[in-house]
Amino acid sequence: MSVEVFVPAADFTARALGADAVAAAVAAAPGVEVRRTGSRGLYWLEPLVEVATDAGRIGFGPLDSAAARALFANGPPNVDHPDCLGLVDELPWLEKQSRVTMARVGVIEPLSIAQYKANGGFAGLARARALTAPAIVETVTDAGLRGRGGAAFPTGIKWRTVLESEGEPKYIVCNADEGDSGTFADRMIMESDPFSLIEGMLIAGLAVGADRGYIYCRAEYPLAVDTLAEAIRLAKGAGYLDDFHLEVRKGAGAYICGEETSLLESLEGKRGVIRYRPPLPAVKGLFGQPTVVNNVISLASVPAILARGADHYRSFGVGRSRGTLTVQLAGNVRRGGLFEVPFGKPLRWVVEHLGGGTASGLPIKTVQAGGPLGAYIPPQHFDTPLDYESFQAIGGMIGHGGLVVFDETTDMGAMARYAFEFCAEESCGKCTPCRIGAVRGVEVVDRIRRGEAAADNRVLLKDLCHTMIDGSLCGLGGMAPLPVLSVMTHFADEL
Amino acid sequence: MGDGAVAETAREIVERLVALEGPLLPILHAVQDQFGYLPPACVPVIAKGLNLSRAEVQGVISFYPLFRTQPPGRRIVAICRAEACQAVGGAALEAHAQSALGIGFGETSADGEVTLEPVFCLGNCACAPSMTVDGVLHARVDAKRFDELMG
Repeated sequence: MSVEVFVPAADFTARALGADAVAAAVAAAPGVEVRRTGSRGLYWLEPLVEVATDAGRIGFGPLDSAAARALFANGPPNVDHPDCLGLVDELPWLEKQSRVTMARVGVIEPLSIAQYKANGGFAGLARARALTAPAIVETVTDAGLRGRGGAAFPTGIKWRTVLESEGEPKYIVCNADEGDSGTFADRMIMESDPFSLIEGMLIAGLAVGADRGYIYCRAEYPLAVDTLAEAIRLAKGAGYLDDFHLEVRKGAGAYICGEETSLLESLEGKRGVIRYRPPLPAVKGLFGQPTVVNNVISLASVPAILARGADHYRSFGVGRSRGTLTVQLAGNVRRGGLFEVPFGKPLRWVVEHLGGGTASGLPIKTVQAGGPLGAYIPPQHFDTPLDYESFQAIGGMIGHGGLVVFDETTDMGAMARYAFEFCAEESCGKCTPCRIGAVRGVEVVDRIRRGEAAADNRVLLKDLCHTMIDGSLCGLGGMAPLPVLSVMTHFADEL
Repeated sequence: MGDGAVAETAREIVERLVALEGPLLPILHAVQDQFGYLPPACVPVIAKGLNLSRAEVQGVISFYPLFRTQPPGRRIVAICRAEACQAVGGAALEAHAQSALGIGFGETSADGEVTLEPVFCLGNCACAPSMTVDGVLHARVDAKRFDELMG
């Protein structure tokens, strides 16, 4: 009888680290059956190969193909092998997580409906089918789920608005334009557990009375696009999409299309220029129809909420930040990857305890939280709990849960300049504060860094930042100054 | 490829995809997949098929960074310029790539061998710096690894 061996060859990053060659090497060994899973998200261990045993899966990694060939030369290695990491579920970095939304990620083969169902998949949909639409909305509201794309708007309230809006058809749109640097949780769901997203969208459809949906995925994620397209085809074949039309659509490299109204314009086939609000997309969204626009993680969290109840989900987290946060640790960090933890864990615990500090071994200078529009958090704030309100209180934001670690060699003035440069590059051009402000911002930062009337230019820079914050139409121009202001406040001698 | 053949292919693609809701981006992707870029001759065909003005189609093409209006080099190298990559030497990789290839971002080498493009995040942020060569992702890329990949 052959032994199941799990290789993360369905994950974009693990592939870049050689998972395909490792899978081939393992497959050539006697007595093994290779299962191509996604990644658990412990990227410093990837490619991490897991071998099924009676006690559970044991891990070996990181492996390259030569090491995998040697390891499996005489058949699957056992727990006594000197390179064995032990039971994967008991690795400290997994054991300390609370995997709710990401429970199947790295565990199952992404395109197996049978494995999805065997691991709790489609239980939430079955539960939703037994409920009325308002009852589904109420469950999501009671769970306290807030938009995981970054804005943290209560998902249940958004759904209620769409449910109560008049109009046929209604749409469910998944925002899979995960453009923030330091984030990859959406990508992991789409590549490693795509049916959870499909199930979440079907439940959303039942909740608001929508019978069609689109997943707008960035083109920079080709594997996610392909995996989703195949998952949709399989779900259709299995009868899950008989009453719901679902398509994946590919973006074309514009960061602004992660802003929901710009995304809708893009789906309609236009330039991704943002729309004025109101009307909200919930009232007049895609093609002018009532539309739910939710992030991947928000939607993929819904099946577990329905299956296990609002109270179960609420039992994680603190204050008004309920449930779990899929933290993505990136940049200059020793153990980078994905960690799903309850809201409320201190930033320091995540970065130092789970992450192990910097990869370079030098002291941490700062952590940028929440993507390119998020503040640079200085070490004196590292005891801040990871929840929406606590981060807001220190002038930061959690956003989509990306944390990018920088060591002490970082030139913070250059990072401030980059924030404006990025905004100038990605601005849709509709409103003046963002379109012109970002360009002027680069110029003013350059003058300060050259020492030209630095004091006067610092006053000007602050004024420009507040003009952009107060006057921009959307979050790009409205938040791009936040990293700049955080540098001026916490690293004043560098700008 | 001549303008006539481009127009013919574009017409077939429009016909196949026009029934989609919001068909313009899928059509542009399909045409670019075919030719490697969006030849000028496809624009009037798409405009006519979708009942848009040529300016509207051109405006959409110019808005999105991934739509190309010039043929790319035989290899397309995209280097991530975002923060997570900068935190582990991304700027040095950018500088090395430009000097090794002798071109800047958005340019194609004179011999048509390689096009260098910037990209803002590939979702590989835990194993940065990141780059792709013809869509294949590479992790933890430094100058030495870059030279190996470029052969």
